[in-house]
Amino acid sequence: MSQSYRLSNEGLLNRNKAISFKFNGKKYTGYEGDTLASALLANGIHLVGRSFKYHRPRGFFGAGVDEPNAKLQIQLNGHSEPNVNATEFELVEGIEASSQNCWPSVEFDVGAINNFLNRFFPAGFYYKTFMWPKSFWYKIYEPFIRKAAGLGVASIKKDKERYEHKYEYCDLLVAGSGPAGLSSAYAAAKNGARVILAEDKPRFGGSLLTDDVTIDNLSGKAWTDKIITELKEMPNVIIKNRSQVFGYYDHNMTVMFERTGDHLENKPKYTPRQRLWYIRAKEVLLSTGSIERPIVFGNNDTPGIFLSAAAKEYIKVYGVLVGKKPLIFTNNDSAYETALEFKKQGVHPIILDTREEHSSELIETAKSNNIQIKFSYAVIAANGYKKVKSALIGKLNKDKTDFENSETIECDCICVSGFWTPTVHLASQSGNKLKFNDQIDAFVPDKSKQNETSVGASKGTFTLKETLNDGFKTGFNLSKKITKNNNSTSTPNSNETKKNPHDKFWCSPLPKDKNYKRFVDFQNDVAVSDIEVALREGYRSIEHVKRYTTLGMATDQGRTSNLNGLQLVANVEKKIVPQVGHTTFRPPFTPITIGTIVGREVDMEYMPTRKTPMHTWHEKNNAVFVDAGAWKRPRYYKQGNENLFEASKREAKNVRDHVGICDVTTLGKIDIKGPDAAEFLNRVYTNAWLKLPIGKARYGVMLREDGIVMDDGTTTRISENHYHMTTTTAQAANVLSHLEYYLQVVWPELKVNVLSTTEQWAGAALAGPKSRGVLAKLFPDLDVSNEALPFMGYTEGSLFGIKAKIFRISFSGELAYEINVESDYGLFMWEKMMEIGKEFNIQPYGTEALSTLRIEMGHVAGPELDGRTIPYDVSLEGLVSKKKDFIGKRSLQKEAFNNSDRQKIVGLIPTDKKTSIPEGSHLVVNKDAKLPNPKLGHVSSSCWSVENNNPFSLAIVKDGKNMIGKKLFAVSPLKNSAIEVEVISSHYVDHEGKRVRS
Amino acid sequence: MLSIKCPFCGYRSQKEFAYGGDGTVKRPELNQEISDDKWNEFVYLRKSPRGKHVELWHHVAGCRQWFKVQRDTVTHEIFQTAKMNEEIK
Repeated sequence: MSQSYRLSNEGLLNRNKAISFKFNGKKYTGYEGDTLASALLANGIHLVGRSFKYHRPRGFFGAGVDEPNAKLQIQLNGHSEPNVNATEFELVEGIEASSQNCWPSVEFDVGAINNFLNRFFPAGFYYKTFMWPKSFWYKIYEPFIRKAAGLGVASIKKDKERYEHKYEYCDLLVAGSGPAGLSSAYAAAKNGARVILAEDKPRFGGSLLTDDVTIDNLSGKAWTDKIITELKEMPNVIIKNRSQVFGYYDHNMTVMFERTGDHLENKPKYTPRQRLWYIRAKEVLLSTGSIERPIVFGNNDTPGIFLSAAAKEYIKVYGVLVGKKPLIFTNNDSAYETALEFKKQGVHPIILDTREEHSSELIETAKSNNIQIKFSYAVIAANGYKKVKSALIGKLNKDKTDFENSETIECDCICVSGFWTPTVHLASQSGNKLKFNDQIDAFVPDKSKQNETSVGASKGTFTLKETLNDGFKTGFNLSKKITKNNNSTSTPNSNETKKNPHDKFWCSPLPKDKNYKRFVDFQNDVAVSDIEVALREGYRSIEHVKRYTTLGMATDQGRTSNLNGLQLVANVEKKIVPQVGHTTFRPPFTPITIGTIVGREVDMEYMPTRKTPMHTWHEKNNAVFVDAGAWKRPRYYKQGNENLFEASKREAKNVRDHVGICDVTTLGKIDIKGPDAAEFLNRVYTNAWLKLPIGKARYGVMLREDGIVMDDGTTTRISENHYHMTTTTAQAANVLSHLEYYLQVVWPELKVNVLSTTEQWAGAALAGPKSRGVLAKLFPDLDVSNEALPFMGYTEGSLFGIKAKIFRISFSGELAYEINVESDYGLFMWEKMMEIGKEFNIQPYGTEALSTLRIEMGHVAGPELDGRTIPYDVSLEGLVSKKKDFIGKRSLQKEAFNNSDRQKIVGLIPTDKKTSIPEGSHLVVNKDAKLPNPKLGHVSSSCWSVENNNPFSLAIVKDGKNMIGKKLFAVSPLKNSAIEVEVISSHYVDHEGKRVRS
Repeated sequence: MLSIKCPFCGYRSQKEFAYGGDGTVKRPELNQEISDDKWNEFVYLRKSPRGKHVELWHHVAGCRQWFKVQRDTVTHEIFQTAKMNEEIK
């Protein structure tokens, strides 16, 4: 049965290249240029899947994006992808496809019992049935539904393919390369516009590939080739096939995906699989064409039933017959073209036309070709389970509400046409409110909200002549608007057959005592009866009917079902379709892979990694890194078999006893210059800044206007009008924006400039009683005595010839210095410090030891300044000026901020002096109290105090200082712990601050 | 994604900007007595108009300038952008 439905002399395939592939384990062959669908059909395979709810056998229905049924699981290049549309997926060597939603096989599916139980699966079945009891949902209902109603299976393996993003700008983006798109793109390009022409399919031309027309005495295909060849040679044109514009966003931002890899047999290494284009176009031209809609009849989902245009496309493009005994069922002229194509291949179709006997150019041609036509006839129901075997047909009565007779005729396929629906998705996404055109019984674009124009079938123009006229004119006009050029192109002559109006017939009536399922939405298994149930149960708004029945909510977005659904609601409700309204069209037009959306932003490329100049040294010395925003910071330096706890204890102890060195490059640094810099700092910080002498640093706290602490850090006066500000690592970017806001928006009269210098300076902290010894050897020419360089002093020195900034500031609470050199010398500085510090027992310390040191000193940091605390809460009241005004000061007067029992910072030690207190623990009076147990506060930071050799924590507790001496419990339900703690001062070590001044 | 005309750099994608809230709010002068109500209004209360809205944007990934944008909150149409010392007409 090898390709027995393949025609020998038709189609646009490369017959020289046969391609073998597997479907459900069996091997088949097709040709280069086939889709999976056309190759399977060539082999006579129709049954490809089981339906979503009833597990009914389903076959191919369309030939492109219109396909609701043929969603397959694909194995290619070692990865597995679900829900691939077989009518769009190009055949490549070695591909393996399999049916979804069936078990054990598509031929014999156990779930098909649902079909025979279908009266138990009405609309809203899930809502009604699985509501009660509530506890059943997770354990029983949900797993069951998921298993039974699945689509494909997503791979759990890492996607190794490469995906890319691209940004492009153009004057005119043309979406769709049918006659409308080609003519508009051509006219605009000839007039000098920068044009992007996008075609979803592999072949350009759209309907020109299948329609029996001529342009300039060329066939549709030949004219397409001519135009495309010309466009490709123009430098102002980008032409992309396999590229679908799938989303239309604000300000004419459109998004397109390009299938760059899957169709290639041997994809070059760096060729991406798919590419996402962000295209900002001055004008967008929507030439997206139209999609045929079906007529609804009994068992209309049986494999072997096709849209008539799809059947024609299979013949003309793929050289495949979808059947050898076709029945054509139509309410309009266009299906006659399909019949004629069958006839040309020596196949004898029968046409059922729902219209009364009349005459048109196409009907006469059909008649002269001896095609049998039955007017006023309709299909009542298809017969056959896994494939159409025959059809029950009947003559319609006068008002088409019933049948006068019925008869069964043999057929192996039914090609159905219920007229054409413009593809208005992108227009609708752009904000265009659609209007209903009752000439074509469909919605068309109305007034544009953005710079978009629809041309051709996408706006309901179904004749070639009109489309070409409109296309050439619109392309020229839009380009003229942008380029101001005036080179117009004349419209070529064209020939097509004239068509008569269609009949509004869209659904075959159900004969008495028959209960054929008549499907409106194939992919979600929504039948006429389901929608009727929803309406009977009181659902009126189309949005509600849609959600209750799931009509049009499948991945095909109701492309073939929306309008029939609306017709049905309108009929039952005795309204007309425009009153019912339509549901919302949302991007993406067809499903796209997550990989395409993500692009290259995975793994290392997910976000930039910031490394300090000393990073390589840290790596060589067994640093274990921690993420601090985008920065990598050493958390601890592992020695031997040490764990985090042991290492950080050792490092912190070494600082307290000797001297440590810490990489502080990541601190935010902002250069502040200008004659009003002091005044500006005075407004930004809560404390006074006007009298800070040159060569001195000061600790400052800045608030938001609502009084909450925003950040803290030291700022140093380098010279008269030059200050060097440091911020925390986390807030660096926010503080810069904050300063810029006040300088540019609030106080533009201040003459101050701010600039981030974080990356320009490498910083190292020397901390510990022996730090001065190291400093003296680093800067032998400099007087670094306590008198010459006191606490909060600043000086500059030459570090082996390199200019260095020396700040005597301390985060650890020890005698400490921070030295900055230009980033390029960071590593040099670090290595010199390690070398010189050797005799002083210098050791590097990471962020964990850094935290330990600051916690036992009672210095607040991120966990205390958590966006909820004001200065009074964290023992910073001494820094709040009573005299001058500053950002956020007025908020501090708020009553709530001045309540005496407000939560404030304290210290905690476990009464057993052994058990570490988990951060985040809640503080309560009684650990066994009934829930909800009143919470007095929480543990913000915990460490092992190296000074006192027991655990110590900082906490924010109600009535803060008055609690000192009391016993509380720190409970952590997450860690299942309840630890008795004693409240003490937050300054656990050196509370007089002697060491920093020593 | 909006396309915003930075008054200093020209049209740039929204990606480069950060939104900065209502552009008509004026911070009270420093060192002035101000009632609780007035201060709360400044700190917390913002209008959320349907239609034209003057707001601030910050060209964070560009020239780092704050500027004014008059935008329609329904359609996202941008009518005008202006430097801080220019008026929105």
